[in-house]
Amino acid sequence: MNERLEIENLHVAVEGSEILKGVNLTIGRGEVHALMGPNGSGKSTLGYAIMGHPSYEVTAGSIMLVDADGTAHDVLEMEPDGRARAGIFLAFQRPMAIPGVRLADFLRHSVTNVRDPDRKEGQELMPMREFRGELKDKMKELSMDSDFARRYVNDGFSGGEMKRAEILQLAMLRPRFAILDETDSGLDADAVRLASESIARIGGAEMGILIITHHEQLLEHNIPLKTHVMLGGRIVESGGPELAAELHKQGYERIRKAYPEAAAAEEEMEAERRLEPAAS
Amino acid sequence: MTTTTAPAPSFNRDALEQLLADQPLPAWAEQQRRACLDRLESLDLPDRRQELWMRTDLRMFKPQAWGLRPAGDAEAPEGLLAPAFPQAEEGGVAAGGRPDYAGHFTTVNGHVSRCEIDPELSRQGVVFGPAAEVLAEHGDLLQKYWLRVIDTDSDYFAALHGAFHRGSMVLHVPAGVKLSQPIHCLAAIDDGGVDTSHVLVVLGEGAEATVLTETASCGTTGAATGFHCGGTEIVVGRGASLRMVNVQNWDRGVWHVARQKAVVHGNGRLQWTLAALGSRLSQVAQDVALVGEHAEAQVNGVMFTEGRQQLVYNTLQHHEAPSCRSDLLYKGALQDRSRLVWRGMIKVDKAAQKTDGYQRNDNLMLSAAARADSIPGLEIEADDVRCTHGATSGRVDEEQIFYAQARGLTADEATRLVVAGFFQQVFDRITIASVREALAAAIGSRIRRVS
Ligand SMILES: Nc1ncnc2c1ncn2[C@@H]1O[C@H](COP(=O)(O)OP(=O)(O)OP(=O)(O)O)[C@@H](O)[C@H]1O
Ligand SMILES: [Mg+2]
Repeated sequence: MNERLEIENLHVAVEGSEILKGVNLTIGRGEVHALMGPNGSGKSTLGYAIMGHPSYEVTAGSIMLVDADGTAHDVLEMEPDGRARAGIFLAFQRPMAIPGVRLADFLRHSVTNVRDPDRKEGQELMPMREFRGELKDKMKELSMDSDFARRYVNDGFSGGEMKRAEILQLAMLRPRFAILDETDSGLDADAVRLASESIARIGGAEMGILIITHHEQLLEHNIPLKTHVMLGGRIVESGGPELAAELHKQGYERIRKAYPEAAAAEEEMEAERRLEPAAS
Repeated sequence: MTTTTAPAPSFNRDALEQLLADQPLPAWAEQQRRACLDRLESLDLPDRRQELWMRTDLRMFKPQAWGLRPAGDAEAPEGLLAPAFPQAEEGGVAAGGRPDYAGHFTTVNGHVSRCEIDPELSRQGVVFGPAAEVLAEHGDLLQKYWLRVIDTDSDYFAALHGAFHRGSMVLHVPAGVKLSQPIHCLAAIDDGGVDTSHVLVVLGEGAEATVLTETASCGTTGAATGFHCGGTEIVVGRGASLRMVNVQNWDRGVWHVARQKAVVHGNGRLQWTLAALGSRLSQVAQDVALVGEHAEAQVNGVMFTEGRQQLVYNTLQHHEAPSCRSDLLYKGALQDRSRLVWRGMIKVDKAAQKTDGYQRNDNLMLSAAARADSIPGLEIEADDVRCTHGATSGRVDEEQIFYAQARGLTADEATRLVVAGFFQQVFDRITIASVREALAAAIGSRIRRVS
């Protein structure tokens, strides 16, 4: 069977309040899945939980990385960097700035560790010449100016530049599974088209991709095998590419009506959020 | 070579007589020693009521426990900065080929163990060597500066330094001479050792030089004790340019007190970098006086503290002449229960119109138990000036660490990178690559993951 990332009955809480309420999702390597859903429904939370953000506590369920021969690795047992080394990648909805650290230096560390998962700290980094060459090629493919890598990681980047830097990192790290959290937001129309093409090229048959988006354009060259709709912390409906088109055009009205329980959970979460300042 | 005698029990009159016998100086310089001793005997240890000592805890410092020491047989450590300047083969600089440094000066416990200068520079009139030799020969050049730039009357330690300095280095670069290679100066002590060395650097009109000084303990425990009571005097002549670096890298048991002052004349430029990695307690005064029009000083501070270290810096940017610029950036990262105090003052005299003065202190807290105090100050008597200051204090952002971890860096690597990034802004100002690299590596190796 295919290599896959298997998420089962995932419950995730932030500061004690439950955000994800039983998510089931399996992504095979080489597949593209789209994840849509209204603001605050829990899409980014799923991404963070898969990557192991310490504020997102998994209270139930499992995330497994299954090899082609059926060997399953428990992702929840791994530190975030272990997950990256195991081949999981998250393109952040809001990437963090690291002032004073050049993107190229950051990526050289990153690429070295991910390609040599057994590397011990302090051991040699990937040879500079080799790294630079590869970086230059990748940046060219993404129509990025090579000076860009000399800038400090996400420091003072425009919204679009951040997203392009995330795609560059995806291209350099070549993970097995990638979660792209609104990688299209902040990009202009041309840049979205370019991003869509690039992701398709980088991914090919080698990557399982979960595209979190509110739009359709990124899916143009990455036709999803399935489109999932998240509402109130659950995936309530899954369909084909036509579902993405429908949601993009018509919004979530139909979904909310069809899944009153999840819609209620959504309202509850919102109410909780509104009350939070008063409660603390 | 001087003969070594049994260690003096303390910094007292007998010890001074012994020192005068061991290391004769010209009469005027010996007179200074005696005057400083008189002053010392009239002074108590600074107490916390004195402004500059307010946050400095000297309770465990016992002055009677310290005195000048014999050379001992400890070898000077390699130092942080020297490895970047490979030595010429046996025979030192004279052995042929141009060296990567212009000169070396090394002491252990205040005893000179190495002193070399590129002979070509001596031919050009550069004066370089131990004060005990150079002051006698070149008193005419040096008397007006020696112990007159800093104020040896100001407190107990300044007076102690003025009376008991030894193992001191003097560099005088005549007008127009440009040193293309740095001078390297290393003051070392062994466990329990004492260093009272003085550094005097004078650049004549239009001269250029780079001087790297560092202090380090012998041995490898990292925990050796000791006492440093030092002084640094810098004079940058008209249109001259000096890059000065002081790296304090003592072991964790060393008391470090230093009086440092630079005077920059018209159109002169000074880039002065202070780095601190070691010591138990440091109390440092770093003063810059801009005394001629269009003089410029860039002051950089790089501090990394850990354990229970306590480092206190008092900086002064004194604008005495019009149209000068001073720009100070101190950056500190604090680990464990360490403390870092920076008190900065920009003082602008009435005559110093068109002053452009800036001071900034940023601290990065790597542990909740560490504490940093930033106390900027302005004292402005001129009316047409631009003087600003800023200070920040922050913690390593866990979101940054997570982001880096998500890209495969371990939490440790991520922390190191974030801290390196924090210092990058000040490293970007230090124009000497080997110094940047040495400091970055030294700091990197000290950072432990914060939890
Ligand atoms: N770190 C956090 N602290 C507090 N609340 C959080 C945190 N992360 C997520 N939440 C809450 O969890 C819910 C889901 O947020 P999440 O970011 O996963 O939504 P999303 O589906 O990605 O929304 P969007 O489309 O706006 O990006 C929201 O109510 C949000 O406020
Ligand atoms: Mg989101």
